[in-house]
Amino acid sequence: MSLYTQRLWINRIGIGLSMLAMAIGFAALLWILWTLFSKGFSALDWDFFTKDTPAPGSLGGGLRNAIVGSGLILFVTTFVSTPFGILAGIYLAEFGDKSKFAAVTRFVTDIMLSAPSIVIGLFVYALWVVSFGGFSGWAGSIALSLIAIPVVLRTTENMLRLVPPSLREAAFALGAPRWQVSLKVTLRSVKAGVVTGVLLAVARVTGETAPLLFTALNNQFYSTDMSKPMGNLPVVIFQFGMSPYDNWVQLAWGGSLLIALLVLAINIGARVIFRQKDNF
Amino acid sequence: MSEQSTLTGEEIALQVRGLDFFYGDFKGLNGVSLDIAKNKVTAFIGPSGCGKSTLLRTFNRMYDLYPGHRAEGQILFHGKNLLEKKQDVNMIRAKIGMVFQKPTPFPMTIYENIAFGVRLYEKMPASEMDDRVEWALRKAALWDEVKDKLQQSGLSLSGGQQQRLCIARAVSVKPEVLLLDEPTSALDPISTAKIEELVNELKYEYTIVIVTHNMQQAARISDFTAFMYLGELVEFGKTDELFVKPRKAQTEDYITGRFG
Amino acid sequence: MSEVSTHGLPQSNQTTRGKLFKLQDLAFHQITMVFAMIVLAALAGIIVSLGHQAAPAFKEFGWGFIWGDVWSIPDEKFGARIAIYGTLITSLIALLFAVPISFGIALFLTETCPTWLRRPLGTAIELLAGVPSIVFGIWGLFIFAPLFSNHVQPIIQDTLGKLPLVGGFFAGPPIGIGILTASIVLALMVIPFIASVMRDVFETVPPVLKESAYGVGCTTWEVVWNIVLPYTRVGVIGGVMLGLGRALGETMAVTFVIGNSSRLPASLFSPGTSIASTLANEFGEAEPGLHISSLFALGFLLFVITFFVLAVSRWLIHRGTKKQGK
Repeated sequence: MSLYTQRLWINRIGIGLSMLAMAIGFAALLWILWTLFSKGFSALDWDFFTKDTPAPGSLGGGLRNAIVGSGLILFVTTFVSTPFGILAGIYLAEFGDKSKFAAVTRFVTDIMLSAPSIVIGLFVYALWVVSFGGFSGWAGSIALSLIAIPVVLRTTENMLRLVPPSLREAAFALGAPRWQVSLKVTLRSVKAGVVTGVLLAVARVTGETAPLLFTALNNQFYSTDMSKPMGNLPVVIFQFGMSPYDNWVQLAWGGSLLIALLVLAINIGARVIFRQKDNF
Repeated sequence: MSEQSTLTGEEIALQVRGLDFFYGDFKGLNGVSLDIAKNKVTAFIGPSGCGKSTLLRTFNRMYDLYPGHRAEGQILFHGKNLLEKKQDVNMIRAKIGMVFQKPTPFPMTIYENIAFGVRLYEKMPASEMDDRVEWALRKAALWDEVKDKLQQSGLSLSGGQQQRLCIARAVSVKPEVLLLDEPTSALDPISTAKIEELVNELKYEYTIVIVTHNMQQAARISDFTAFMYLGELVEFGKTDELFVKPRKAQTEDYITGRFG
Repeated sequence: MSEVSTHGLPQSNQTTRGKLFKLQDLAFHQITMVFAMIVLAALAGIIVSLGHQAAPAFKEFGWGFIWGDVWSIPDEKFGARIAIYGTLITSLIALLFAVPISFGIALFLTETCPTWLRRPLGTAIELLAGVPSIVFGIWGLFIFAPLFSNHVQPIIQDTLGKLPLVGGFFAGPPIGIGILTASIVLALMVIPFIASVMRDVFETVPPVLKESAYGVGCTTWEVVWNIVLPYTRVGVIGGVMLGLGRALGETMAVTFVIGNSSRLPASLFSPGTSIASTLANEFGEAEPGLHISSLFALGFLLFVITFFVLAVSRWLIHRGTKKQGK
């Protein structure tokens, strides 16, 4: 074989392997989605949404308490992490060039984006559950917020940094104070990007289980009291999925499908919003 | 400073004396002195990087936004040195407005684009605000084109209209001086002509300083011209005289197109 | 329209506004800074509170906590070695699978993929990153593990398992769950993260550099291997470290498939445990005292290890992407 044909063959094998790698990644996604539909779709009946989690050994049941609990916890999380993340992101974008403090914050934020979520759960347990009397929906929301804030923060800062300097200068040139330039002009011009960041953060925490294990814990009964332990989808899926009861496992599949669909829908929605950002 | 930079027989709006400017260690302006005549158009010309925009941006202290940028010397405005730390920058900027190279409409309605600046320093009832918005848009010769779509986004306008919206916005806060930083370089010839016409109208009420890389434009619309090169003011004088019989060889080379 | 004069705002009005603006801006600066501090406060809080809770365990066992290989709740003897071992070994094996696959994906998406396919395929990989950990877990336990034990593990034992030296790695009953299964599921989970960093750094390679290599007749593979990879080495390593950091702390998926046995795994097919899965399994029912303190100590170790890995990763990725401007 001549050197040239040898080189061509190496190239073909390399490209072929890279296509195989792509196929593996793509197949993994399809396989998981297909499994969720085939195993979980039949679980999504009327009872699934209207009945509460069954006791061990009893038949039937649904996930109403977990769905409502997850909804409440996520609602509070979004409500808390959005302003926190955006204001902190504004700080890094507006004042972050001059101070050492900002540089450290940025670095730590990047690490927190990937830090083990179970450790966040431990932290909130030690900080909140132990000192404020017990497991609660609030504690779950705090833990999830600590995971969501870095996501919102970083997206906000990145978006603000993409604003053309002349737009900010134009606002300053009218004699506007910095807070108005920042909130009314620059932030507004990247509204779509910031909304994307919030959505990605919500998607990220929607499926988080580990930080809820020791904070919101779980609740077999329907409850909307955030100061008590609260049922939530991920923890129920964990418990039911590893249980010996068939109807529990079935519910876990239904819950997994629900959560996966929700997370993927939010992810896709975020991308769509981001692409249509041109007009305000 | 060898260049004769003072004006006689004119009312002076801004007096620049011994102005140096630094980007970190790099010196961007070197001992610039000149007078800006009131209610006249003064043009800054010169090759790119000569410091003409830098000079313009010292007049409203825009450089304050960037760490490491600083100016030394004097820019007198109503007898006070604008460069002093204690001066209220926001106030300076309210009185010395600026329009940029690329149109910079804010991400809000056409109406709000104007009202935003007005609300900063004045409180007024809605009807008065309506009048002010109309007044500013008329000043910028934009009223007739946008009066039926004031609630649409400022970004929905064409480039030339956006630039006139920015001029209207700058005028709406009633400044004394208008700084125009290459306001037509991103526009088509027809929009450019409209802006030039507008500058001619506005100069009866405002002191205008315009940076341009287009010598014909400087010749058409300005009363005084400053030619800058490598951070120094090379020549300054009446536009007619500077273009017809420049005193410096460098100026002549530039305006006859031999460099730059 | 009423008359509007050209100049002249009331002077007094202006100076009060000016003072007000200064105060507002000061407040704006301080308030946003307080919100930014939350991130640092969280970090400090994690270290302090975990360290505080873990102190009794560290005091009781000393360094032996890290080396000890007994984790017994009835005897109140706790050593982290098995969990640390499980965490490290599953993460490293996961990288063994994930790095070449991620590299292939990044190569495909930046070099050979037709433009119209780039966005959908890129999005698919990003969506894989969005699949919740618990979904990977339930899929791994009910779908992947049975398939693996029925069809893959016997084949491996009949081939690799018969070899001298390496054969021992694949000994034991093929029960599906265990160290290797956890590693494979982890690999699938970190692939999107590594691939996305690799793709980003590959895109920082100046086109002229690649064009000149193609110009002398290089094949795509040669350009990637000889130009792109050396140019982006630092960022690529950063991406791999990011994947490692993610894998080390991954909890739910691992808990489902690792088998949760607190004995030292004898082979890659044996069940084991990891730091995160031990926490997930035991923390909820732990009695106050030495047990819970030891669990906090495990969490503390996990945080310190991942923090270090992620810090190095960020630093490398930052260096790797900044090159673009030069």
